[in-house]
Amino acid sequence: MRLQYPSNVKIIKLPCTGKVDLIHLVKSFEKGADGVCVVGCLEGACQFTKGNIRARKRVEEAQRILDSIKLGGERVQMFNLSSSEAPLFVKVISEMTEKIKEMGPNPIKTALKKAA
Amino acid sequence: MIVAKRKPIEEIIEEVQAYDKILLVGCNECVTVCEAGGKKEVAVLASALRMHFMNQGKEVKIDEITLERQCDHEYLEELRNQIDQYDVVVSLACGVGVQFMAEKYMNMPVMPGVDTCFMGVTEERGVWSERCQGCGTCMLAKTGGICPVSRCAKRLFNGPCGGSTNGHCEIDKNVICAWQLIIDRMKNLDKLEDYEALVPIKDWSTERAGGPRKVVREDVMQ
Amino acid sequence: MKTKTPSKLEKILAAGNLAVTSECGPPRGSDPEAITKKAGMIKDHVDAINITDNQTSVTRLCSLASCIHLKLMGLEPILQMVVRDRNRIALQSDILGAASFDIHNILCLSGDHQQFGDSSQGQNVFDIDSMQLIQTVRHMRDDGKFLGGDDINRPPRMFVGAAANPFADPFEIRTPRLAKKIAAGVEFIQTQCIYNLDKFELWMQQNRDRGLHEKAYIMAGVTPFKSAGMAKYMKNRVPGMDVPDDVVKRMAGVPKEKQAQEGIDICVETIQRLKECDGVSGFHVMAIEWEEKVPEIVERSGLYPRPEAVE
Repeated sequence: MRLQYPSNVKIIKLPCTGKVDLIHLVKSFEKGADGVCVVGCLEGACQFTKGNIRARKRVEEAQRILDSIKLGGERVQMFNLSSSEAPLFVKVISEMTEKIKEMGPNPIKTALKKAA
Repeated sequence: MIVAKRKPIEEIIEEVQAYDKILLVGCNECVTVCEAGGKKEVAVLASALRMHFMNQGKEVKIDEITLERQCDHEYLEELRNQIDQYDVVVSLACGVGVQFMAEKYMNMPVMPGVDTCFMGVTEERGVWSERCQGCGTCMLAKTGGICPVSRCAKRLFNGPCGGSTNGHCEIDKNVICAWQLIIDRMKNLDKLEDYEALVPIKDWSTERAGGPRKVVREDVMQ
Repeated sequence: MKTKTPSKLEKILAAGNLAVTSECGPPRGSDPEAITKKAGMIKDHVDAINITDNQTSVTRLCSLASCIHLKLMGLEPILQMVVRDRNRIALQSDILGAASFDIHNILCLSGDHQQFGDSSQGQNVFDIDSMQLIQTVRHMRDDGKFLGGDDINRPPRMFVGAAANPFADPFEIRTPRLAKKIAAGVEFIQTQCIYNLDKFELWMQQNRDRGLHEKAYIMAGVTPFKSAGMAKYMKNRVPGMDVPDDVVKRMAGVPKEKQAQEGIDICVETIQRLKECDGVSGFHVMAIEWEEKVPEIVERSGLYPRPEAVE
């Protein structure tokens, strides 16, 4: 099955979403990302038992930080999918892309471009 | 350890809003263990502040450093040669570190980056709780090793009060009644009869009540 | 028993009578009539009246001034004093202030934590605890000295009381705790409101086994329910309160307009049963904002008329 997902999405592979640290999420935005999706396994299906649960809490913390500096916490979201759910993956990513488009570009990216 | 919690970013923004060159200083000791002011937290705060100022279109230099400790001269001295490059320091050490930094660098504004909470333990990752208030006269020998000063909401020496219910404190079901713990401990130690010994009125002069405190050891002074 | 103070309450207890006390909560304002009116409703039916000290940590007119109002009416006040709000200077000072008006009874309490009240952001003091307050009053009275060691000119002459909650946890130290208060010097006890009579009687049995009922007068605390809702609230929301299910059921089992009467009936039945309980020296009737019902409760319980205090 070959499905298309929005071409502006860059995928970073990790062994487990439990590997995602708060600083990775925050730094993504500092470097100009418009949005970040953390896509982990279904809750209860983590091979490392709680990796995806922990990731969700870190995503929530990143949302709070983005909100507090008025960048919009919704720019970072956590999704739980199983590896066999490619169509759902595409749907989620596409919806997220639409949502970010509605929110507009990350103002940091704009500022970085101006500075460059 | 001294347990602190991160300050809301909005509050830190308010503290540094007027400055252009900001140094964030973490501490490798207690605040690293309680994940409030170590290298990682400094990095996250620095990133958030950078984004905040960029978003405002303001060019601000934000640097990060984490010292071994901020409660000893020798480590604070490490900043001596670079601190003048900045016009404000945010210390993510406990209140002790913030103050010692301010004492040492008299002309540098020093802002607190954390809220210092108490002396406590890591119950589990992400959960820290109080164990000691540093009253200066330890009475744990009389209370089964559980401290009523720091763990009883009314710091009763001859508790529990009438509000103890199912092992919980009257102020909150999530707070364990210290006197329940004391009695459980006394039972385990087969010393429940000690409960009936009246604990005399406490001398609070060694606590905060006596004014700022100092410990002096002549034999180790240089 | 020989009396040690001019307290009317002490005299009545010492004479072997079942004493009756009640309490009035001071107003949230400075109108003295709020106290004098309440006291007026109950004065012929009780031997002494407790005045609460900022109960549930809600700021009110002070206990001491309210006691003085009672004193001016010729009544017998019991000054409640919590250690939450005063350090040892203020406690001793207020004790002397009360003594200067010949207030002869004091009830030593820790006080509810301030977070329950209108000043949850305030500091608390807890310089000494309620046991140590008992010791303090006894020291001032019997040794005529301040805690600091200096002599007191005209020491207070107070009959010293404290609260006991037979229903708080852990239950196994409820009797040792009473023993401890007695060792600290307490002379009378007013208990938490009793709804679980079996548990109370068990506690009294344990107290009797140690002879504690002969070392301090134990007054059983009762509070009539105004409604089934109040019974549920007391059961579920008030820390350290033990309201058995069958009592809640009984309240809920009568129509709303008859619940108040049912509450009073339960209260009267409680007193009647506990009159037979060896070691109970009297009753403390706490009719919260319902003082007008105290006379009925006292009369129906066979505790009226009140005896004269004799030397």
